[in-house]
Amino acid sequence: MLADKDRIFTNLYGRHDWRLAGARARGDWDGTKEILDMGPDWIIDEMKRSGLRGRGGAGFPTGLKWSFMPKTESDRPHYLVVNADEGEPGTCKDRDMLRFDPHKLVEGCLIASFAMRAHACYIYIRGEFYNEASNLQVAIDEAYAAGLIGDNACGSGWKFDLYLHRGAGAYICGEETALIESLEGKKGQPRLKPPFPAGVGLYGCPTTVNNVESIAVAPTILRRGASWFAGFGRPNNTGTKVYCISGNVNKPCNVEESMSIPLKELIEKHCGGVRGGWDNLQAIIPGGASVPVLPKSICDAVLMDFDALRDVKSGLGTAAVMVMDKSVDVVAAISRLSSFYKHESCGQCTPCREGTGWLARVMKRMVKGEATLAEIDTLEQVTYQIEGHTICALGDAAAWPVQGLIRHFRPELERRIRDYRDAKVRSGIAA
Amino acid sequence: MSTRSLAKEQPASFAFSSEMMERANKIIAKYPAGRQASAVIPLLDLAQRQEGWVTKPAIEEIAKILSMAPIRVLEVATFYTMFNLSPVGKTHVQICTSLSCWLRGSNEVVKACKEKLGIGMGERSPDGKFSLAELECSGACVNAPVIQIGDDYYEDVDYASTGKLLDAFKRGETPKAGSVTGRDGSAPAGEAITLSEKPTPPAKQDFSAAKAAFEKAKAEAAAKAAAPKA
Repeated sequence: MLADKDRIFTNLYGRHDWRLAGARARGDWDGTKEILDMGPDWIIDEMKRSGLRGRGGAGFPTGLKWSFMPKTESDRPHYLVVNADEGEPGTCKDRDMLRFDPHKLVEGCLIASFAMRAHACYIYIRGEFYNEASNLQVAIDEAYAAGLIGDNACGSGWKFDLYLHRGAGAYICGEETALIESLEGKKGQPRLKPPFPAGVGLYGCPTTVNNVESIAVAPTILRRGASWFAGFGRPNNTGTKVYCISGNVNKPCNVEESMSIPLKELIEKHCGGVRGGWDNLQAIIPGGASVPVLPKSICDAVLMDFDALRDVKSGLGTAAVMVMDKSVDVVAAISRLSSFYKHESCGQCTPCREGTGWLARVMKRMVKGEATLAEIDTLEQVTYQIEGHTICALGDAAAWPVQGLIRHFRPELERRIRDYRDAKVRSGIAA
Repeated sequence: MSTRSLAKEQPASFAFSSEMMERANKIIAKYPAGRQASAVIPLLDLAQRQEGWVTKPAIEEIAKILSMAPIRVLEVATFYTMFNLSPVGKTHVQICTSLSCWLRGSNEVVKACKEKLGIGMGERSPDGKFSLAELECSGACVNAPVIQIGDDYYEDVDYASTGKLLDAFKRGETPKAGSVTGRDGSAPAGEAITLSEKPTPPAKQDFSAAKAAFEKAKAEAAAKAAAPKA
């Protein structure tokens, strides 16, 4: 188990003071000026050496992303935008950072912005997180009052302004270009890339969008050193990570653990095991609603990291582990996710707008078995018609859970269809 | 996608109160000059806080304040699901029924709400005190099931505790937000497994040594690049 001294989010559960004095006592804002004095090139190099991969789901190397920003300032200002539009079903890690460790995020915003030559940063927080937003705003105000951010941030001579922007309930705004559109005051409909935000982003200016966790861990990585962070997990999957384990475990929780921890160990050590014991496990969605479901046989040994989960045709995503025991109707569970994507499709691309509705309708029938066996293949084919044919990844995200279901639970789908048909025949005979 | 449109019955006019207008101006100042349209979501939120829902006159007024075409504001108001386009109850109860909540019994919570309030999903009680709605993932999945009432989350609820919670609201009380079972945030229930002791600041790396190593590596790379190829 990861030792407490190696945890970044030491106030993950809100047991201590989340305000400036408390944050300082836990080591936040310690030597921030020293870090800034090392210069943008060193900061980006150190982030690259830490091996940190973006914590919002896609896992793109954070240091590399920062290095895509123009090296010199022009008449177009640079922006850092922090994605706090957490809404991937199963995921609730950013919420704890926003409400209980907001100073880690504020400090991270300053350092990341400085490294990317941005004088302004917007944090886009989902609208439902009202109390979390108000804690974060207090932290921002405290940082201004203490001179940690503002005209001369931490006495470094760098001018830095940080603003909080609340959204209003749209899952799609977690997609970086939809988030930028929303921040500009429009419907959150993703933009076609290229141009990428690092070239043309917020207000047409160079912009980097990072997840809350990616930014909030940066100060600790720089303070303790890239090699400390890179010492956890497997190569290419380094560091610590906050996991969210929900569903049918005895004690659902968020916990920071080492990357590449075995899934079974994560659940048994921190969550009191699967309800009814490990043998009562049916399936797990290991990385938030968008990644394919895994049957128990794979869960027995799989490691929680980007590469290991990709190798079993799923993904780490946001590391939101949703556990389903044998009492769960797994078809109904995936059907619930299909309804979610139907609700959240922004309506811009036809394959997704029409496809998510179609998937949801067919999945509803599959729950009852009100279908023909051939329709399972049709369903699978349609998911491939959606996947990869849309501007953003929401189409893919809607397709993958259904693909995962068919890949691992086809016999269950077939059984339902047969049972439904048999019941109909029987009732016909009886009539 | 969800299709939403404005309510048929609309009030005649809308104006921000002076307090709300002050808040609106502070919000507009967050964005660069000429980019005031960025404030449209926050201003619609203020209008909803003032009136309880987003009205057509409010949309037109916000368009005027932000120098936007009214259709652009209407687009935003209908796109984002937090904006109530028709009146909701004074106590607006939203139940998360997404996967993590569903796995832990949100169906029972829905049942408790319907029974207690005597209304269905998307409905408002005749006295206007309560309304009920379904919420797509509230983002508190390890504290499932979750109910959002107003701005507050009530977590780890079940059939019985939901009933108690709604009874309290009926009496005009506002129970303390958070886990109804008394968990510390998202920590596992029961005895602490991690983070049980008071945290101490971690040791820092040697910045001057790190800088020296970085400069050395940079110089070596530059020398290698400049060296004539053999």
